Amino acid sequence: MAAIFQGLGAAAALSPSNCFDSNKLHLHSRRSLSGRKASFFVVRSDGSVNFASNSRGHKAQQLITNAVATKAENSAASTKAGHELLLFEALREGLEEEMDRDPHVCVMGEDVGHYGGSYKVTRGLATKYGDLRVLDTPIAENSFTGMGIGAAMTGLRPIVEGMNMGFLLLAFNQISNNCGMLHYTSGGQFTIPIVIRGPGGVGRQLGAEHSQRLESYFQSIPGIQMVACSTPYNAKGLMKAAIRSENPVILFEHVLLYNLKERIPDEEYICNLEEAEMVRPGEHVTILTYSRMRYHVMQAAKTLVNKGYDPEVIDIRSLKPFDLYTIGNSIKKTHRVLIVEECMRTGGIVCLSSQDVPTPYAGTLEEWTVVQPAQIVTAVEQLCQ
Amino acid sequence: MSSSTFSSSINAIKPCFCTTKNHSLNPSSIPTSSFFGSTHKLRYNPLTANSPSFFKKNRQTHIVAVSDVKQKQQQLKSTPSLGNLLITKEEGLEVYEDMILGRSFEDMCAQMYYRGKMFGFVHLYNGQEAVSSGFIKLLKKQDTVVSTYRDHVHALSKGVPARQVMSELFGKTTGCVRGQGGSMHMFSKEHNLIGGFAFIGEGIPIATGTAFTSKYNREVLKQADCDHVTVAFFGDGTCNNGQFFECLNMAALWKLPIVFVVENNLWAIGMSHLRATSDPEIWKKGPAFGMPGVHVDGMDVLKVREVAKEAVERARRGDGPTLVECETYRFRGHSLADPDELRDPSEKAHYAARDPITALKKYLIENKLASEAELKAIEKKIDELVEEAVEFADASPHPARNQLLQNVFADPKGFGIGPDGKYRCEDPKFTEGTAHV
Repeated sequence: MAAIFQGLGAAAALSPSNCFDSNKLHLHSRRSLSGRKASFFVVRSDGSVNFASNSRGHKAQQLITNAVATKAENSAASTKAGHELLLFEALREGLEEEMDRDPHVCVMGEDVGHYGGSYKVTRGLATKYGDLRVLDTPIAENSFTGMGIGAAMTGLRPIVEGMNMGFLLLAFNQISNNCGMLHYTSGGQFTIPIVIRGPGGVGRQLGAEHSQRLESYFQSIPGIQMVACSTPYNAKGLMKAAIRSENPVILFEHVLLYNLKERIPDEEYICNLEEAEMVRPGEHVTILTYSRMRYHVMQAAKTLVNKGYDPEVIDIRSLKPFDLYTIGNSIKKTHRVLIVEECMRTGGIVCLSSQDVPTPYAGTLEEWTVVQPAQIVTAVEQLCQ
Repeated sequence: MSSSTFSSSINAIKPCFCTTKNHSLNPSSIPTSSFFGSTHKLRYNPLTANSPSFFKKNRQTHIVAVSDVKQKQQQLKSTPSLGNLLITKEEGLEVYEDMILGRSFEDMCAQMYYRGKMFGFVHLYNGQEAVSSGFIKLLKKQDTVVSTYRDHVHALSKGVPARQVMSELFGKTTGCVRGQGGSMHMFSKEHNLIGGFAFIGEGIPIATGTAFTSKYNREVLKQADCDHVTVAFFGDGTCNNGQFFECLNMAALWKLPIVFVVENNLWAIGMSHLRATSDPEIWKKGPAFGMPGVHVDGMDVLKVREVAKEAVERARRGDGPTLVECETYRFRGHSLADPDELRDPSEKAHYAARDPITALKKYLIENKLASEAELKAIEKKIDELVEEAVEFADASPHPARNQLLQNVFADPKGFGIGPDGKYRCEDPKFTEGTAHV
């Protein structure tokens, strides 16, 4: 929930500490004692940036402008119809619609109820639906995740929130053995229509433990699906699809994307859990990415376009399984592929990824840990030579 | 079963709960203040022996055995009548049959394992039958049982047909989970048997979840008649695992309809309970979390049944969870792969002499609830049933190739979209089980 973009050139010109120190913050990290500061500006998923437009934002800030020239954004951002909201509000809207639609849908996790979620995704839901449907759990990840699985096996459709995705390491046994395998080991008798979701990714100086990307850890668990949202539009659509799925779904959200703003349709829609999203059609090279790296890629794409390249950008969105149709067709067209992710280098899916180090606290080191737009530009140039 | 039949039994249980209470207040076992400035001395247990007598010495609860109860009854009345008996004839025979089934089935498993008919880790239940039969035979079909890796007998008690369980062990497609689970993963949706959990402790959160569903159905979905109870079984080794503590907390916090049943067989594979647990009296952890903790002789099915009745009814009434520690013993090694060389022969002999099946048989005959002939008939019937289960399993087909990709996802779209733009599950090769996914 801080800055989305670190500017290519601008990042050098502006020190992050000057940039992000003025605002209050409502990010709470339970396992580190101190709160942290962050700014509240919003970045539209089409690349334009609005500052201080939300009520909790304070004064407008100096911007790192990273507006990206995109050919098209396939969400509803450009239409006048619909309503504008932030990504966390889109998640909440999706959740609320599904809770209205089906009384078996319930939420459980740390501080999801009275507190409204550490990123406010469940704000107000406990008041509306009561404490049992929006269940504040003790800090016991393995057990409340398992409880969600047991509830799912007996007819409920729980959404389990990991306050931070990293906390779900404590629930790894439940996610792997029980969430992933019980449908199989029960001979197909029990289904586990559960959604496990929460914020992950490298935030802004959250330190090693709160900056983890667990995608590659979960990747090899059989029987679960994994999706990563990246815009308010797909956040809502994927949330709703995940809730309706008979399969267990892990929905990855990114701490730095919660305040993305976008106009989304008023009418109901859901997204396909198995489909990738074409972000920018192009001819020269296929860039596959997901979550926050989508914005780094789009920033790099702007530079690349200026340099005469025409990259095709695909947000793979479905991390398990991959949409081989969209990905395959693109590669058939461009014959070149660059994969950009924030997950770790070893064991990840890609060529451009984070360094194999615990995420450093210091802003500079942290930045160098994660792929930067300039690296993407360089990589594309090398591929296209 | 009518409540009047059991009014005396329900009374009989009370001392047990009271014992617990009194014990908690016993100044010799609990320091007056364990907080600041406490002069309470840390107790040091010289764990010099694994002998049962040592264990008994450290046990301060009073275990009531069948014979004690019987003696008391005989003091009251010279001839036993239904009013004083702990069980009716029908129930007695049902429980006896269930225990015999458990024992015979497991003995047959050992034979089949050594004959190479089943593989993997096979954990047998011999010696612990009083716990499974004592609890599960009191449950309704809608009630849920959550087991462990030692789950065959829980499945049988819950009503899963022996042939389905045996067939599962043979890895056959007619097994209760189609040959996909094996010994440690028994499930039956029809009988509300939810695992079969192969790792320590991981079934307890699932059980807490099924109990949560009961509460949710009643309070959110307004299904007033939903009074389903969950019974979670696990061992002494699990009681040192966080999931146990975490779930005791949540279950008590939300008053979930669940009974936590510890089958304390004194050994976690080769780790003696006394070497692993700072305070070996597991039942005491119940009151620590705000629920009753009960210690019962797990070699005595009638006592187990009394405690179970109270605990299950308590859950059904909406009064919340109970922790029941059944002190029992496994007559075989941890699994069939365990040579069982560590446990002291005298300890084994001590518990073998307290065989729960022999004890029930004695009670039924002495109280004229059943004749030798009736019990023999049951044994014969079960022998035939277990033989038939083996024949069925042997004759059943192995899973075919087309089963390979089934049941990985409830919605097979989870295998995703292939390069041709179609869902992979639509590919004929997927259905054949030959697709590479």
